[in-house]
This record gives sequence, C-alpha cells and structure tokens, in this order.
Amino acid sequence: MGEIINYWTFIYGPLAIFLVGVYGLLTQKNLFKLVISINIMDLGVNLYIIALGYMDNASAPIYTAKLAVTSSRFVDPVPQALVLTSIVISVAVTAFVLALVIKNYEKYNTLDLIKIKGIEND
Amino acid sequence: MKKFWAIITVLLILFFLGSGLIPDLKIYKQNNLSQKTGKVYLNRTVNDDSPFKEIDKKLYGEANDVENNAANSVTSVIVDYRALDTLGEVTVLFLAITGVIALLGKSKKNNRILFEKPNYILNASSKILLPLIVLFGFYIFIHGHITPGGGFQGGTIVAASVLMMYFAQNNYKLKNNRMKVLESFSGLSFLIFGLLGIFIMGDFLQNFLELGIMGKLFSGGLIPIIYILVGLKVSAELSNVVYEFMGEE
Repeated sequence: MGEIINYWTFIYGPLAIFLVGVYGLLTQKNLFKLVISINIMDLGVNLYIIALGYMDNASAPIYTAKLAVTSSRFVDPVPQALVLTSIVISVAVTAFVLALVIKNYEKYNTLDLIKIKGIEND
Repeated sequence: MKKFWAIITVLLILFFLGSGLIPDLKIYKQNNLSQKTGKVYLNRTVNDDSPFKEIDKKLYGEANDVENNAANSVTSVIVDYRALDTLGEVTVLFLAITGVIALLGKSKKNNRILFEKPNYILNASSKILLPLIVLFGFYIFIHGHITPGGGFQGGTIVAASVLMMYFAQNNYKLKNNRMKVLESFSGLSFLIFGLLGIFIMGDFLQNFLELGIMGKLFSGGLIPIIYILVGLKVSAELSNVVYEFMGEE
C-alpha cells in the first residue's frame, strides 16, 4: 500500500500536474492564463526532479544537532539544488513575460488571443 | 472540438511519458546508492548508532573536517561546488529584470495602482510589520549555510515586504535608485570574491577563507559571504520588479 502511494505521489502526481499545464496551454485564449499554464508545467517538472532524489527513511540534507533515530541518511541534495536554480529562472522568465503581456494590453486593449489576431472564432 | 483535440494530445503525452516511466518503477524502490551523485553526503551522519559511524562521522557543532563545513548540503552544492552556476543564474535574473525595466520603465507615465480605501488593519500594522519582515529576510539569508533557506529565499521575503507596503499605503514610494546601486554593488562584489579565489588559491570562486566548525555562524569560509551578497542582489532586483509593476505616480 505504501509503495503504491509513493509511486502515485512522486511520479504520476507531477506528471498529472504537468499535463494540466499542457491542457491549459492548448485550450486557453487569455494571455494571462497561458502564463499561469506555463508556471503549472514548471511546477510539475520541479516536483518530479525532487522526487528522483527520494529515499526511504531519510531526512532533509541538513546537519542538525538532533536528528530522528530512524533517519540516519540524507535524501539526495543535488536535485534540490537544481530545482532551486530552476525556480529562480522561472520567476525571472515569468516577470519578463508578464511585462510583455502588459505592453500587449496597452497596444490592443485586450488579453484575448483570438481578438488580437483578428481570427473568427469557430 | 478544440477541447477534444486538446484532451487527445494530453492523453498521447501521458502515454509516451507514462510508459517510459513504468519500467523504472521497480528500480525506483531499490535505489543503488553508489550511483547517486550525493553519495558522499548520504554516508555522513550525526547519529551515534548508525552503520556508517566508523566510516565517516560528522558531529554538528564539533566537526571541522568536512569538505566545506556548511551544515546545509544544498547550500554547499549551490554556493561552493556549483558557484559558477549560481553566477550564471544571477546573471539570468539580472537580464530578465533589465528586460522588465526596459519594457515598463520609461514607455509612458503609467499610473500608479491606487486603492480607494486601503485596508485599515493592513495600513495600521504595516509600519510595525515592515522591520520585522525585513529582519526575517536578512536572518534567512545570513543563516543560509546552517538552516533551511538562503539568499534567494531571503531576498524574496524582503521584496515581499516592499509589495506589502505598496498594498498598505497609497503614498508609499520605493527609492529605486538606491536599490539599483545596492544591486550593482552586490553583483560586483560576487565577481570580486570570485577573482580573489584565482589570485589566492588558483581557481575561480574557490573557497579561500578559514572553514571553521560546522554549525557555527562563522563557518564555511566564503559560503555565507557569497550567499549574503546574492540575497542583497535578489532582494534589490525583485523590489525593482515590484516598483515597475506597480507604476509611478
């Protein structure tokens, strides 16, 4: 039972979050919602990378004065360092994309992608 | 009809990604530690009754023979082993924020986002909360090498205090020129410490200070200095982003 829960939370959960982002990217027409979809995809990938470093009965990779008796090991710190980098980059890119969205709104007075392109909705 | 095709595409991605993951599931449980990158860290322990006691025993507050003596291994990876990556990461953040300022800065006098009536509780408590939040952010990035957290997290907290002031008071204005000076100063100091590593030890960003005892505030040599600089830089940059997005009067 525990194993199944681990698989679902650590592998299929991030995959599901990633797919929610892909679905939003394909169906939404609002520019702001597209940015949020990209962020959701980012979240899924980050969670998956952290899950790769998971180990049973291990604690966070920080030396403390008192660790629990059962946890004599650390989880892998390298994926966590990678994800910290990835989160910062995602924040930077999101800020830049939001600035572009604001400029777009100033020009067209709408956030709707269909109205900006002037295509008839089917 | 569009939603139908979207669902088909999502299911296809699920099939290809998911089927690629299934064979790994059995290996996932039996992690071979010798193939993990962080094996050196995994064997270290602080417990007396652990099987690795004889091999490699590192005691918090006593050990001074760890490679870089930072209690937080993630900080070790980011600021010591992969410090060059962090320099690149900070550069990417700097470039993106430069782009934001170039797009929103002097295009037109964009109107400041004002609230008809700022929330009274927020308005009254913001003066008390501001120094506390800034202090907490500084605590997070000064203690980045011994507790969870670090420069990026602490810098974000400091920038959040600026956002709170913008929400609380209509006449608040960030002194953004000072923030730009702070940002340039900390970024330049990061590079100077990296170059000092070349002159003293021979490699860029090499740890040339005394390492101290693991768990103390003054330990890890160059690690806390660089993380404090990164924290100052990130807080200044994100405060500038808040300033640009909220607009000028």
